[in-house]
Amino acid sequence: MIKKEKLQIIGTKQIAKDTIEMKLENIHISETAVPGQFLHILIEGHTLGRPISIADIDKENHLVTILFKVIGSGTKRLAAYSVGQQINALGPSGNGFPLRQEAKETVLLIGGGIGVPPMYYLGKQLAAQNVNAIAILGFQTAENVFYEDKFKEIAETYIVTDDGSYGNKGLVTDLLDKVGDFDCYYTCGPLPMIQAVTSKLSGKRGYISLEERMGCGVGACLACMIPANNESGYKKICSDGPVFLAEEVTI
Amino acid sequence: MNELAVSLPGLKLKNPIMPASGCFGFGHEYSNYYDLSELGAVIMKAATGNARLGNPTPRVAETASGMLNAIGLQNPGVDKIIEYEVPFLANFDTSIIANIAGSTIEEYEMVAAAFNYTEDVHALELNISCPNVKEGGIQFGTDPVMAAKVTERVKRVSKLPVYVKLSPNVADIVEMAKAVEAAGADGLSMINTLTGMQIHLPSKRPLIANKTGGLSGPAIKPIAIRMIYEVKQNVDLPIIGMGGICSAEDVLEFLLAGASAVAVGTANFGNPLVCKEIIDELPDVLSRYGFASVQEAMGKAVFV
Repeated sequence: MIKKEKLQIIGTKQIAKDTIEMKLENIHISETAVPGQFLHILIEGHTLGRPISIADIDKENHLVTILFKVIGSGTKRLAAYSVGQQINALGPSGNGFPLRQEAKETVLLIGGGIGVPPMYYLGKQLAAQNVNAIAILGFQTAENVFYEDKFKEIAETYIVTDDGSYGNKGLVTDLLDKVGDFDCYYTCGPLPMIQAVTSKLSGKRGYISLEERMGCGVGACLACMIPANNESGYKKICSDGPVFLAEEVTI
Repeated sequence: MNELAVSLPGLKLKNPIMPASGCFGFGHEYSNYYDLSELGAVIMKAATGNARLGNPTPRVAETASGMLNAIGLQNPGVDKIIEYEVPFLANFDTSIIANIAGSTIEEYEMVAAAFNYTEDVHALELNISCPNVKEGGIQFGTDPVMAAKVTERVKRVSKLPVYVKLSPNVADIVEMAKAVEAAGADGLSMINTLTGMQIHLPSKRPLIANKTGGLSGPAIKPIAIRMIYEVKQNVDLPIIGMGGICSAEDVLEFLLAGASAVAVGTANFGNPLVCKEIIDELPDVLSRYGFASVQEAMGKAVFV
């Protein structure tokens, strides 16, 4: 259940261009979060929370890993927090990826940029269930690439960069028909990438994780809506999502 | 007597704190954080005649000391609100205020009249100040003749006390307040958001899909205080004050300026427990500044 929590910063480091990995200690979130959920981080001096996905959990040591890109004033401020400081956050927020896979199935994980982090915790959990995973990870250029080695431990991993400065040149969608058969896909990344992936894989069972500017982060303010094929005509990304079945929302 | 209690037309509040319309939905989400019976009242998300899907996203953007929003009055329509949302809030020992909006005077009348058939709503907040929809709302809130007309027509069909929510997007707030007072308003609710815009440098486009949005949060608090002060000098209606309240000290400032109760909006987003925390801290803050009760602090700012 989502709670207002304080998380102690145990480690923080830059792992790629403008990309920070932060390790946080918190019992409630480490014990209850599932892959695909996020923290709504409340940053000093900022009115609105920053929704940041959970990249990994170490239950034994009560550690939660988040990765974020320094883009605006809020993430810049967050990046300046140091070890020993505490951050306030609501979490674990939203609904994660369904994990019920048959052990013999093959899943495809498609992550783009700062959409890669939730794919890692998901892939790790699936690997623990002996699900066979393939990962296609897209980044802008070589200096943006992160977690390649970690993914290689849990999935057959392909790296794509826009300019070909690392791995394959092009877009993640260029590799979709080159990685072999899979039963189901999971994806998170920039909206144009998710649109391209769902359209190319239409008919396949797929789960997408969406992002949007959020107000409350708990489902009350109706800021982060997405048109959906249900009675009300919409879903809330923060509380109905951020993970949806590919065909249940209109992107 | 409870030092925090406040009596307003139609409302016997155990304390003067209520979440502001649109910032609290219908309370479900926040009921996970604390018992909504702690609140003086809840002002529900705006109700319109039919369901509205609202504006395209992004609908919110952060600003210095505040935020812009352009939700666009998204709501399931008044009938569903009465059927599903009012009964949920009625489970709590708190007053319920229904915020009503419309594109036409007839729609306002229809929505207002619908609330006559529930015993659980104690007052209406007449939303003539939403800056984020193309039709309805703000054109009633920026013209004193229109504001008076919609107030009078809603008063005529409703059995509930009507608090008119004023827009700060006017040159003369006192003129607006006087117009709705003369039209029969039972109280005022002020202020709604100020229309603003923010442009994203990399894309050179407004951050909000609707282009403009309503500015809220601490950035607008001094404007709210000034407007409540001006109106209180000229109009004899009780005021529910709002605009950037984050703390019990802010509440006292609104009381001093002339508000009788307050609504907390944007601050709920940064801290879902903020209303409860303010209620808990208010007695200490009142006594620190020499007041024995909320009632005693009202209008006690010294202007000479």
